[in-house]
Amino acid sequence: MRAILGLEDGTWFEGSSFTGAGEARGEVIFNTGMTGYQEILTDPSYAMQLVCMTYPHIGNYGINPEDGESDRIHAAGFIVRECCKRPSNWQSAESLPNYLLRHGVPGIEGIDTRALTRHIRIRGAMRACISTRERDPERVVDKAREIPPMEGLNLVDRVGPENPYIWTAEGPREARLDAEASPWSGKGLRIALLDLGAKRNILRLLTECGMDVLGLPPWSAYQDIARLAPDAVFLSNGPGDPAPLPEIRQTVSRLMEDYPMGGICLGHQILGLCLGGDSFKLKFGHHGVNHPVRDLASGKIEITSQNHGFCVDLSHREDITTTHINLNDNTLEGFRHKERPIMAVQHHPEAAPGPHDSRGFFREFAEMVRAGSRRSEI
Amino acid sequence: MPKRDDLKRIMLIGSGPIIIGQACEFDYSGTQALKALTEEGFEVVLINSNPATIMTDPELATRTYLEPITPESVAKIIARERPDALLPTLGGQTGLNTAVAVSEQGVLEEYGVELIGASLEVIQKAESRERFRRSMENIGLEVPKSDIARSLEDVRKISEDVELPVIVRPAFTLGGTGGGVAYNLEDLEEISRRGLAASMTHEVMLEESVLGWKEFELEVMRDKNDNCVIICSIENVDAMGIHTGDSVTVAPSQTLTDREFQRMRNASLDIMREIGVETGGSNVQFAVNPANGDMMVIEMNPRVSRSSALASKATGFPIAKIAAKLAVGYSLDELPNDITRETVASFEPSIDYCVVKIPRFTFEKFEGSEDELTSSMRSVGETMAIGRTFKESLQKGLRSLETGMIGLADSFRPQLPEREGIVANLRKPNSRRLTYLRLALLSGITEEEIHRDTHIDPWFLRQIQELVDFEAELLEWAGNWPDIDDPEQSAGILRRAKQLGFSDRQLAGLLDRSQEEIRRSRQRHGVTATYKLVDTCAAEFEAYTPYYYSTYERENECRASEGRRKVVILGGGPNRIGQGIEFDYCCVHASFSLREMGLESIMVNSNPETVSTDYDTSDRLYFEPLTLEDTLNLVEQEQPEGVIVQFGGQTPLNLAVPLLKNGVPILGTSPDSIDRAEDRERFQELLNTVGLKQPENGTATSEEGALDIARRIGYPLVVRPSYVLGGRAMEIVYDEKDLMNYFREAVVISPDHPILLDKFMENAIEIDVDAVSDGEDTYVGGIMEHIEEAGVHSGDSACVIPPHTIGEKLEEELIRDTKALARELQVKGLMNIQYAIREGEIYILEVNPRASRTVPFVSKATGVPLAKLATQVMLGERLRDLDPWSKRRSGYYSVKEAVLPFNRFPGVDTLLGPEMRSTGEVMGVDPDFGLAFLKSQLASGQIISEEGTIFISVNNRDKPNIVEPARVFAEMGYTLVVTQGTGDYLERFGIETKRVNKVYEGRPNVIDMIKNKQIQLVINTSSGKLTVQDSSSLRQTTILYNIPYTTTVAGARAVALALRQRRAHEGITVGSLQEFYAEKT
Repeated sequence: MRAILGLEDGTWFEGSSFTGAGEARGEVIFNTGMTGYQEILTDPSYAMQLVCMTYPHIGNYGINPEDGESDRIHAAGFIVRECCKRPSNWQSAESLPNYLLRHGVPGIEGIDTRALTRHIRIRGAMRACISTRERDPERVVDKAREIPPMEGLNLVDRVGPENPYIWTAEGPREARLDAEASPWSGKGLRIALLDLGAKRNILRLLTECGMDVLGLPPWSAYQDIARLAPDAVFLSNGPGDPAPLPEIRQTVSRLMEDYPMGGICLGHQILGLCLGGDSFKLKFGHHGVNHPVRDLASGKIEITSQNHGFCVDLSHREDITTTHINLNDNTLEGFRHKERPIMAVQHHPEAAPGPHDSRGFFREFAEMVRAGSRRSEI
Repeated sequence: MPKRDDLKRIMLIGSGPIIIGQACEFDYSGTQALKALTEEGFEVVLINSNPATIMTDPELATRTYLEPITPESVAKIIARERPDALLPTLGGQTGLNTAVAVSEQGVLEEYGVELIGASLEVIQKAESRERFRRSMENIGLEVPKSDIARSLEDVRKISEDVELPVIVRPAFTLGGTGGGVAYNLEDLEEISRRGLAASMTHEVMLEESVLGWKEFELEVMRDKNDNCVIICSIENVDAMGIHTGDSVTVAPSQTLTDREFQRMRNASLDIMREIGVETGGSNVQFAVNPANGDMMVIEMNPRVSRSSALASKATGFPIAKIAAKLAVGYSLDELPNDITRETVASFEPSIDYCVVKIPRFTFEKFEGSEDELTSSMRSVGETMAIGRTFKESLQKGLRSLETGMIGLADSFRPQLPEREGIVANLRKPNSRRLTYLRLALLSGITEEEIHRDTHIDPWFLRQIQELVDFEAELLEWAGNWPDIDDPEQSAGILRRAKQLGFSDRQLAGLLDRSQEEIRRSRQRHGVTATYKLVDTCAAEFEAYTPYYYSTYERENECRASEGRRKVVILGGGPNRIGQGIEFDYCCVHASFSLREMGLESIMVNSNPETVSTDYDTSDRLYFEPLTLEDTLNLVEQEQPEGVIVQFGGQTPLNLAVPLLKNGVPILGTSPDSIDRAEDRERFQELLNTVGLKQPENGTATSEEGALDIARRIGYPLVVRPSYVLGGRAMEIVYDEKDLMNYFREAVVISPDHPILLDKFMENAIEIDVDAVSDGEDTYVGGIMEHIEEAGVHSGDSACVIPPHTIGEKLEEELIRDTKALARELQVKGLMNIQYAIREGEIYILEVNPRASRTVPFVSKATGVPLAKLATQVMLGERLRDLDPWSKRRSGYYSVKEAVLPFNRFPGVDTLLGPEMRSTGEVMGVDPDFGLAFLKSQLASGQIISEEGTIFISVNNRDKPNIVEPARVFAEMGYTLVVTQGTGDYLERFGIETKRVNKVYEGRPNVIDMIKNKQIQLVINTSSGKLTVQDSSSLRQTTILYNIPYTTTVAGARAVALALRQRRAHEGITVGSLQEFYAEKT
């Protein structure tokens, strides 16, 4: 079925839908990972984004029950050169087109994705619309222009969990905080994770490093968190711009005074803002699995998984140590507070998809928390 | 911390001659390394015996030793040059093994030479099957169950406990030499015997078969700070069981989830660390069980490899260059990514296209060998294609192969073979595998059945299915007699066809139109090729390196330059026997020459192993099939002032006339002159005009005609089809019966396929001349006298510069004749002439107004780079201004020797003949002819012992001529073992011999002696069909047991001279090209 991809600057591409009739709008970005589309689609950080994969063959190994980073697709639409309809892999349970269709997310193929990528690289990420309904490309372009820009948009509210949950080997289990019994499972460091759209692998790896993880809705109040007596608070990844989240920032600013803090991606940006940093939008973001990051302490290079459209600058803050920088554009990739137990990284040490080079982050976080913990039994 | 300043002089070992499993990819990597090290200010000492390499160009290294790559010569060079370090990881298995040998001999320690890149410990850990297996167990990685055998008894014992089939892998060998898959006990003994003989350490590993598992390779780099990156993943279309060099492969991997890929990535990094590769590139191979994802490690190579060359070309990441810089102390993050400039080399390339590599086979050249693919590599070359999808790349790759295929479908309505025949071909993999996959799908054999028979992953089968399905669509469209000029009827389907990689020729055949008509109609519809960049980063950053591939997409990124003069060079495509690295060398020199002249050079080629396809070599690189369609596309894009076709061998030459017809200017000698030299009748006229003679000959278009000509000329005759390279299907026939056999078995004869018959010049001396002419003046680059007599293909015979027996008068006459021919043909550029001299008379055998295989050899031997000179001439410069005469070096002998791949083709007769079968060549240089010859023999792997026993058996014709060499051998103290006839003859001259039985005379016979290692050299000639068959088993045994042998008396004479000189000089002395050139006379 013929489908049009229209961009806000008036450019449009014609392709065909592999998910039947539909329409989707969002910011169009590109991802240079050659594997990992299932993880990407289910990563809540891609909310409101139309993801263009630069590798031309997508869908080859299908969709399997294990590789989802959340329980649904968060990307708004999917743009590929060629979608594989009959996947081949022993784990595959479903084809990519079926999966998208089931979740009502449009997929478009037959696009010169390299041309689109170059366009975004040169002009920057922009609003776009995929439509099979509109025959007139001008109308599709108009529809793209109707949606608000990403800057200043609060997307966290759309993807964060409604209720607290405790992370278990089987996945999230709803936790009741008002009950008599402790919500903690009882093993390891207690981590209150402010779920801004968390990827499951963050939860898995925190647990693997001996932490007891309680996921909380993004708008959880300071008192509610304090009542849980966590050993530390962790801010997860999440979608969009860190700037329009004043309530969360207020909460985090208070939490920072009292608890060891960790953060990844959006969590990193929020911590950075709370510590006096400035955030800014990247021209076309970092979305891929091959970004070199230098760990300044060891001097070693980690090949990292990245997914962010915004960055934070803390270079003027003397109380902050830069721990990681991006070797491609020298943007901030990680920091630690010089006096307080606060550490965060911009990239994704949990990978999924991507290389596992940065997994040491979770161990270091555990060590930092343990060192500062007031609970003697840990 | 940048580069080390404690190192000043670094020695590099090249890989030697081109052989199966070790081809020009090591010239590519070696050349990159040399440039990288020189750029860093190091002095580099190079040893490589292969003159056809760019790396041995004297200006690339401080010292260039064209010496045999043996531990002895390396030790001598080290003693003379005193390098601080030895870099062993860029010269293939040869480089690695030689480094191990000199290290174990204590030479490195004695002279304080450090092994950089990989230490002895690392090499042994990676290469010893047993130690590698233990290392993998240490880090918790699975390897196939296996056992090491050091004797046939071991093999028998192990075989009691293992389940067949098993894979036999000899240790320290290359490309699976001597290995194979054993399905029964008989196979197992046979293959193990071969494997034990082939292994440097005399051990083979018998490995649990993981046949049918999916096969993957990862190219990994590590620096001294333990930074590791994966450059490329490669998935084999063919499953485990077929050597990866013989498999169709694709980059990046297609069927792994990210989780599976990351597991493989982690394993690769763990392996690098466990084996301890300090710096550089390595390649790790994995097998994955398609049923449950179980993963096993198959092997790792701690060096650059064929796969790393492929990975470099597939991603744009220059692995060898970076490896060289890492070896001298840099870390990955200190090195820039050349392509993007602003980013660094410590990243993992992301690609946004699909790369397919297809091997090229030449089973047809080895009568008696079976076209079957196993774990022992037998392809002689490969082609790579880049497209946006697998389907497009596969079809581009197939038409790049130059085996006559124009895509997956040669004709759209094929006669389908019997189902049983197809299934048999699926089960037993062979070089026509892809064709059979298509036929199977067309015959309605299900994907499940095909998967069961071939183990090829369903993903690939479905891609091929999509191509087959589209054929039906095309057929339906064609069946409706569409108006191809009407956009309504044709634009859409033409675009889709092009996106799926269908060629204009395929579409032309389908519609019964001409290729030109298809081209015009799609151009009218705007269905034209677009070009995209290979940029390492999937367009995330701006790229500065103009490395392009074509596809049919919306955006064309190619920015053809304006205002600069530019020239397109057409390369040679995949290596094959008869067209190899020598032609790539010429293309590269043409490019260098153009750049020196200030012109823009644009290279086109489809061979990933080459220097020509390095993005550094030319101003612009197009990785494209060398077909008319693809060439016209880029000529239209670039609008060059001319195209050079005379350097890439037959491939571009065949395009000369069609290009000219399309209005493309061809630089240099006109296609008409080429035709005058190649067309038999016009050639005869040409010779008459110039007053030269050729052996009596004729052209026949029917069998009767051929018999008539044969009766007129008389036997023996050389017969061959017209327009061939490398002596394809060329034979010497001794009587009418032979000739009839030739028609029955070897060729098709028809008015379209004429057969050439020439009187065979028995006992003649053959001469090759390479020359450059500007149409007026002619520079004779070199006169090469063949060591073997006429009748052996010039590519397979040894030759020497300057000639050592013919005398000044004949030499002058040869120069005169060459000049006359060049002037008459108005040659502008290179020309090669083959002469035969018989009884003082000169005959012309062949004139080729193009680059020949010997151009690099002549250039190295004389110090005058002929291809560069020819390029200057082609662009209008005059020889008298360039004055090559004054630059010519002499005062020493240069011997070229051919290297033959018989150890890969058990069962094939090794007798040399007019059909070329060598894969590569080596060169020996010395002021003494005998020693130069000896060096060439050592370099080609013929290790002739200084004492022992020599077996001689020659035919009656050769008997008088064997006396002198036999006497030399006897005088040197060798024991001569001979057959009855030869012995009787030698006795008459007072030469003492011992008798041995011929094979059919009972036992013990000569073969028993060889097997018992009682013979150190075999001299055996034969003529006529009967004796040929008799002696064939003898020659095969010599190959199996790696005994030096010669099948010509001339060869024996040269060996005798060589051994005597070695004795006289107490071994060989080594010298560099720079020194030989300096001693100009």
